[in-house]
Amino acid sequence: MEKDYLKDISEIRSIMERSSRFISLSGLSGIMAGIYALIGAYIAYEVAYSYETVGYTEQLVRSVKENVTVLLLDALGVLSLAIITGVVLSKRKAKKLGLVFWDKNAQQLVINLLIPLAVGGALAVIFYKEGYIKFVAPMTLIFYGLGLLNASYFTYRDIRLLGLSEILLGLIACVYTGYGLYFWAAGFGLLHIIYGAVMYYKYER
Amino acid sequence: MDIHKLNKAFENRVRLGIMSALIAGDAMDFNRLKELLAVTDGNLASHLKALEKEAFIQVNKTFIGRKPNTKYAATADGKKAFKAHIDALEALIKGQK
Repeated sequence: MEKDYLKDISEIRSIMERSSRFISLSGLSGIMAGIYALIGAYIAYEVAYSYETVGYTEQLVRSVKENVTVLLLDALGVLSLAIITGVVLSKRKAKKLGLVFWDKNAQQLVINLLIPLAVGGALAVIFYKEGYIKFVAPMTLIFYGLGLLNASYFTYRDIRLLGLSEILLGLIACVYTGYGLYFWAAGFGLLHIIYGAVMYYKYER
Repeated sequence: MDIHKLNKAFENRVRLGIMSALIAGDAMDFNRLKELLAVTDGNLASHLKALEKEAFIQVNKTFIGRKPNTKYAATADGKKAFKAHIDALEALIKGQK
């Protein structure tokens, strides 16, 4: 008798969780995204940074402008790889959990992530064109953080903390503008690896 | 402990599942419920009917283009009854320990 009631309760909990949150999000894909970002940052470092530019905003801006196509391709490569890995691994996790991958919660998650991200992206382009290049890297971190914060209501709450960390890092990066790439590597690389690992150990083992 | 406080309407696990899903996830359509609960069409339909009869859920029929779209949502009564049922379950388990 008691066993039955306990089973009822655990069933209720699991259904409520499944119906309100996207739990197929793979922590492993966060780790992978972080690794891609670190590799991408290393490439960007090789392209644009040099002994004379690190920490010196003026020289750095000139160097970034000269190499903007390569840097953009680098960033796009990292982004596409991260998205593809995220989708593949989360799909695999959904299958393992016996869930539908692209359900209403997944859609809500993506929409809520994309709105702040799109605003941030547009602003970054405008800032670049207007010459405020030193704020582009911090701004992408801040808006990415806002997107995560927004999306966290539809998935694991750990994402909320990741979002807040990205925002904080972005704000600090606004002050130390010559070091954008380092903050970028920390935000998109290290933080993803740390939170991905935490989520992997918490939910996937 | 008072076993009579447990609601007969929720004795079935599919019904319990339907109520859990509708309360946690707001209104949803038939297919979404089916994919969450992993039950057959006929099974789900009959339990939805039963809950509708108790007025624990309400059914909204609309059209998306030409396709009929039926949405199910928990009513205030349904939410209250569900909460009472959970409280009773909790009391029962605590009482047995």
